[in-house]
Amino acid sequence: MLNVIVFGLIALIVVATALAMLLTRKPIFSVLFLVLNFASVALLYLILGAPFIAFAQITVYAGAIMVLFLFVIMLLGAERAGFIEPLKGQRWIALILAVVFLVLVSILIMGNLLDLPSLHKPDVDFGAPVDIGVLLFENYTLPFLIISVILLVSTIGAVVLSKDMQPVKNVQVVHLDEVTTSGEEEE
Amino acid sequence: MPPVAYFLGLSAVMFMLGFLGVVLRRNALIIFMSLELMFNAANLTFVTFASFYHNINGQLFVFFVMAIAAAEVAIGLALIVKIFRAKHQIDVDQMSSLKG
Repeated sequence: MLNVIVFGLIALIVVATALAMLLTRKPIFSVLFLVLNFASVALLYLILGAPFIAFAQITVYAGAIMVLFLFVIMLLGAERAGFIEPLKGQRWIALILAVVFLVLVSILIMGNLLDLPSLHKPDVDFGAPVDIGVLLFENYTLPFLIISVILLVSTIGAVVLSKDMQPVKNVQVVHLDEVTTSGEEEE
Repeated sequence: MPPVAYFLGLSAVMFMLGFLGVVLRRNALIIFMSLELMFNAANLTFVTFASFYHNINGQLFVFFVMAIAAAEVAIGLALIVKIFRAKHQIDVDQMSSLKG
């Protein structure tokens, strides 16, 4: 019972910070609320027996991605976009669809239609980094290499996108047809 | 331990809040952050089922999702900065050059 109460408190913080992130007017507050959201979700990961994922969440999401957002907000200045603007009825359709989805999910949960039992308390060494590392390098080698290439490409792309594209001056441009004609003359 | 359904319900609620943020907000940065919220909802589902079936592959996939999200955020924010340099605003309602 105490576990359910703790889960309820953490879930309350998760939902409250997500709502606050959506409803606040200043983007800087949204970023800070989202950091708190990520920290609460990391606590949920700890409950579920995933210590490596919990700390990776804090390090990668709350520590790197949110700092990227903060840098961009600093570069762009304080945006003061209003909250809900009438988008020709899309606002009401989105809210209705969200309510329908939540009603369906709550029917599934409260009616216990899926018949899912309670979770068992995970072992002490369930989500240990050693096990994840062994799995990553033995069974998932190809996805790991592809992820590394994707990260490299995104880094290069971010640098390329941030550059000012101006032509390089004082460079002699050699056309390919000039090279071939000069080769024919030599022969 | 709480039932699995509670974790899945929380994941669904997070996903819907992220979806509402993507659809309803006009600021491109808030849309990106709502997208991260949706990623987190999916990650929570992965970790929940990894714990439920006592299979660690779910947690490994969360690791992949985090790496892809980081790469996507880097490119997306670089694009937003470039758009801001061109238009001096990041209101997505104004980004309608491709509108038919």
